[in-house]
Amino acid sequence: MTASNKEVSLGMPQLPAPAYPAEVRAKLEADAKEVIARYPGSRSALLPLLHLVQSEEGYVSRTGMAFCAELLGLTTAEVTAVATFYTMYRRRAGGDYQVGVCTNTLCAVMGGDAIFDRLKDHLGVGNDETTEDGKVTLEHIECNAACDFAPVVMVNWEFFDNQTPESATRLVDDLIAGRTVEPTRGAPLCTYKDTARILAGFPDQRPGAVGASGGAGAASLVGLKLAKGGTGSQTRVVGPRGEAPGDQPQKGAEHLSSHDAPQQTSASDPEHPAGPAAEEGE
Amino acid sequence: MTLAAEIDKNGTSPEKLLSPVLSAFWDEPESWTLETYHRHDGYEGLRKALAMPPDDLIAYVKDSGLRGRGGAGFPTGMKWQFIPQGDGKPHYLVVNADESEPGTCKDIPLLFANPHSLIEGIVIACYAIRSSHAFIYLRGEVVPVLRRLHEAVREAYEAGYLGKDVLGSGLDLELTIHAGAGAYICGEETALLDSLEGRRGQPRLRPPFPAVAGLYACPTVVNNVESIASVPAILNKGKDWFRSMGSEKSPGFTLYSLSGHVTSPGQYEAPLGITLRQLLDMSGGIRAGHRLKFWTPGGSSTPMFTDEHLDVPLDYEGVGAAGSMLGTKALQCFDETTCVVRAVTRWTEFYAHESCGKCTPCREGTYWLVQLLRDIEAGKGEMTDLDKLNDIADNINGKSFCALGDGAASPIFSSLKYFREEYEQHITGKGCPFDPARSTLWADGKDDKNAHRGVNA
Repeated sequence: MTASNKEVSLGMPQLPAPAYPAEVRAKLEADAKEVIARYPGSRSALLPLLHLVQSEEGYVSRTGMAFCAELLGLTTAEVTAVATFYTMYRRRAGGDYQVGVCTNTLCAVMGGDAIFDRLKDHLGVGNDETTEDGKVTLEHIECNAACDFAPVVMVNWEFFDNQTPESATRLVDDLIAGRTVEPTRGAPLCTYKDTARILAGFPDQRPGAVGASGGAGAASLVGLKLAKGGTGSQTRVVGPRGEAPGDQPQKGAEHLSSHDAPQQTSASDPEHPAGPAAEEGE
Repeated sequence: MTLAAEIDKNGTSPEKLLSPVLSAFWDEPESWTLETYHRHDGYEGLRKALAMPPDDLIAYVKDSGLRGRGGAGFPTGMKWQFIPQGDGKPHYLVVNADESEPGTCKDIPLLFANPHSLIEGIVIACYAIRSSHAFIYLRGEVVPVLRRLHEAVREAYEAGYLGKDVLGSGLDLELTIHAGAGAYICGEETALLDSLEGRRGQPRLRPPFPAVAGLYACPTVVNNVESIASVPAILNKGKDWFRSMGSEKSPGFTLYSLSGHVTSPGQYEAPLGITLRQLLDMSGGIRAGHRLKFWTPGGSSTPMFTDEHLDVPLDYEGVGAAGSMLGTKALQCFDETTCVVRAVTRWTEFYAHESCGKCTPCREGTYWLVQLLRDIEAGKGEMTDLDKLNDIADNINGKSFCALGDGAASPIFSSLKYFREEYEQHITGKGCPFDPARSTLWADGKDDKNAHRGVNA
């Protein structure tokens, strides 16, 4: 993070974080109580509650941390210590879509490095930076347990398998243009805030979301097909790597953008200042 | 003639070498639903388990020889047996679904395609250890899997497999899905417990072990997803059936994950003890025109192998005897276009990033390893740096608080053992002799095809 994002500390304590507006607070408090009730010990609810406050503002603000601390009977220092340990909690506002390119060894070697470089050029942003229109935050991520689909790109933690620089460029173009984007494995994209709500433990209510993209990805089935006698799988087994399996074009590798329905995104509330993005300890 | 027929001549057809159990019906259109699971003997193992006294059930799983699939290979039944009974404290089962070890990609596809196998295993395990609350700690970065777990748990409650008095057995069981927030270290079982208690994920000093003082200081079993998901089939088809696969000390079936420069990356479920050569032979081998250079048997934390090790039986003893660990059976294959220094540098950057900071050898050691490796990769290293790398790795290995440190040392030791010359080349040649473009998925003239693929005309 650059110095411009930081408050210069002159040794003065920060003012307390502003509170949530009353109606936001009431809604979050009801959700939070539901989360806390799932655990024998209330503090266990802290990680989901941080996801919950992230679903409200798109990042974990001082207001959000103060809210978690109050509900769990913790100090804000205790909550901050936890919030800053985990990489999924944003500490400043980001885009509606978080595009994460895996650059751990296997994906990097298979092309993740090239994809990440291309996207940086194409979007004109660096790692962990957001496009000016607030649509896309680009970052490189660690191994996401999809090595048999390398190179992998995650958007709001849905899988886009077997990517190339070209397919990834089209992907971000579609996101920015508001076209419908479907992952290879996962449900049609929702915004980063909506994703955070699922992570807080509130199931995705959209019809068809659970079943979207079918039972298993193509690579997950190669062993099973061989074990069943290999019939019908031979094209896949001996076929050149990099071609979509079977006859159907692989979803996510091409981002079918047949209709350009703009995605609804939550605008931030100007009436609700949430405090500086940079926190103590950065 | 098909490839399968060719192999069959040698008596090693894929049908004979593979044994899909967990993955047996992943190709069904709605493989994740309870309805599909029921059609494939779903929850039959549970009914058999509930007919047994809990102690007999623990003994049965122990006798089956099932060993932990999360990397360490500890006998699952023995873990259950360590839980003190009649102690008046709540007992907990925590499933480690924080699959983050580089190269490892078995639990996530398993949970995506067949989440009920895990839930059935959880109910069986909780009945055995007398637990009334179980948790699945799922890494947060896999929302499609989280969706299916939410739905599977809802279905299981509705069907009476979870909740009050499961199938009339008297067992009351709550199951909570808990999404993590991005931290490799939480795959370490005591760090996972701290994280589940709402703290920074840092490992705990042992003893006491989780079996005595785990979650909320109560007796706790922490098991990997695949270990627990394997239990229902053992109950349903019997321990002798399970022991008929694999070896005496490493019985049963398991998921092998083939990735990297291979013709057919993916999941291959086979008896323990299959070799990489057999897996490559049946699946089309290394990508056309290339040869295997190095590979990991079980993720980046297991010392790497080379083409000398193609015939090592991939079970706990076989891989151990060859100087590595079976780990998570994540077979990451790299061909001759791959720079080993680049690969190891990237893994080491990962360990430095994910080091929790609790203990000095790992926190400081991984930092300095990265500095040295980046210099070497960029052609700015010196020959003495190679001994220094070894020395630092030696000061991390076995001297860190948890296994993350040992894992960080593994790629250093093993790559220097097999590829020291390649490190020296970087130093004497003042740069990396490899072209990363040749390693990509679209290398070898496939760029054009990819450029046009899927353009929606």
